[in-house]
Amino acid sequence: MINIALPKGRLGEKIYLAFEKAGYECPSIKENNRKLIFENAEKGVRYFWVKPSDVSIYVERGVADVGVCGKDILAEYSPDVYELLDLKTGICKMAVAAKKDWYDDGQTTLKVATKFVNCAKAYYASKCRDIDVIKLNGSIEIAPILGLSDVIVDIVETGTTLKENDLEVKETIFPISARLIANKASFKFKTSEIETLEAKVKSLL
Amino acid sequence: MSQTMLKQEEKIALALRSLYAKYGYISYKMSKFEEYDLYVENKDFLVGDGVITFNDTNGKLLALKPDVTLSILKNGVDGEGKRKVCYNENVYRISDKTKQFKEIVQVGLECVGDIDEYDVFETVYLAAGSLATVSSAFVLDISHLGIVSAVLNEIGCGELFSREIMRKIAEKNLHETESLCEKYGVSKENTQKLLTIVSAYGAPETALEKLAPVCKDGDAKKAYDSLLALWDLLKATEYADNIRVDFSVVNDMNYYDDIVFKGFVDGIGEGVLSGGRYDKLLAKMGRSSGGIGFAVYLDILESFGAQKRETDVDTLVLYDDSTDKASLIKTVQALVNDGASVSAQKTKNALRYRNIVDLTGGKV
Repeated sequence: MINIALPKGRLGEKIYLAFEKAGYECPSIKENNRKLIFENAEKGVRYFWVKPSDVSIYVERGVADVGVCGKDILAEYSPDVYELLDLKTGICKMAVAAKKDWYDDGQTTLKVATKFVNCAKAYYASKCRDIDVIKLNGSIEIAPILGLSDVIVDIVETGTTLKENDLEVKETIFPISARLIANKASFKFKTSEIETLEAKVKSLL
Repeated sequence: MSQTMLKQEEKIALALRSLYAKYGYISYKMSKFEEYDLYVENKDFLVGDGVITFNDTNGKLLALKPDVTLSILKNGVDGEGKRKVCYNENVYRISDKTKQFKEIVQVGLECVGDIDEYDVFETVYLAAGSLATVSSAFVLDISHLGIVSAVLNEIGCGELFSREIMRKIAEKNLHETESLCEKYGVSKENTQKLLTIVSAYGAPETALEKLAPVCKDGDAKKAYDSLLALWDLLKATEYADNIRVDFSVVNDMNYYDDIVFKGFVDGIGEGVLSGGRYDKLLAKMGRSSGGIGFAVYLDILESFGAQKRETDVDTLVLYDDSTDKASLIKTVQALVNDGASVSAQKTKNALRYRNIVDLTGGKV
């Protein structure tokens, strides 16, 4: 039995359909209910719906053998897991954005609002830029508008939200896509099952 | 003391110490505190940066020890022969997972001195034996950092590339190994070598065969031959089926440059044993000796295979102010003498119990 943690939401549903196509179907998952755990004993698979940012925790702790989560989460939390495959879906980027007319004159400490504190720190450390990180949990876009920060570090998909708030991307930090990750210990004891799943999913990319 | 009184990790610690004693490893008791300087000088050797420090009565900065190996090595002398010690110690580090300080209980061994092939074999064999003590379903992954560092030296892309690529190897991350090589302008041939290292894992024969083209000459060949020689010795043991070659086992290459290994037990989501040969660490300490050792993380094994306790005591003796105290003492003593665990309480709700003896209201 392989335990798979999927991120709740649109990306997770898309990933499930790919897994279904790869031969890991679990019909009960499509029933309209509030259940979070679904099993198909015949196919040897059990799915969990979890919060996207929690997928790596379930996998790292070994509750899920494999899981799918964005590179943003992996970069931010550095979980001790195997990253087996780039699923080339859920594509977006981690970027620095600011008000259109803003530019960095480099003379003062840069105020950076973000949900991704570690990513922001690592990026600016690589540029030797002194920053003041402001951790926010949502609506990051309003921080530069209200003067809370100079820039934001956030995920940008289409850029529509930025545009509507009169912001624009100033720098791209790294590209993001969904990744297939595996628990290191599970990989030792379910090597062939996980490798088969990886190969089947890869063949669909 | 009955074995049933011991906690799961205590039972394992007992079994491991008796295993190590059989092979001549002498128990080594360390002080709880060490001078902070020792850890500052070898900061990278520690798993995490965080060390709990405090001032001694004379103002000297001390630390609660975050590592056992450094303390053992500190006082050694070079010369002929080997020093084989085992330990059962608590260390204090920041947990990777919780980012909080954690008390970690380690049992392990170190062999320092004129290390040869036999010593490497014995250490890896005892690491496998330690895992077998915990469960028959275990895997011991072995890697040789000499192979990885030889390939990285050949590529010569510098410290930052090496650090990033080691992370990718640890993640079995083929796609990002490839993109990183592309970013740094690594040749196709050398990129292929790194990809082979990432993907060469599993049964030692298969993995070593796959790896052979990467290690045709120089330091890589030397490291490959020593890994092959180790496997030749291990395959004759009862643990041959549990041993794998896997390069995702990585340790800091400033300290480790040879065999490294990590142990996993089915049912536990993380490695429970970690070890390797650390001649470079000793060289940094100005020593000419070699050293190899490992630690078993008992805190991870705390709940593994442990039976959940159904009751707190066998018998609860219930009494109140009207109970005759002599009768209470007599009842408790009689039950204890019969081998039961007993708790005398004034309320039923304090504990979970199997039987109850009610002495309230003057009952006898």
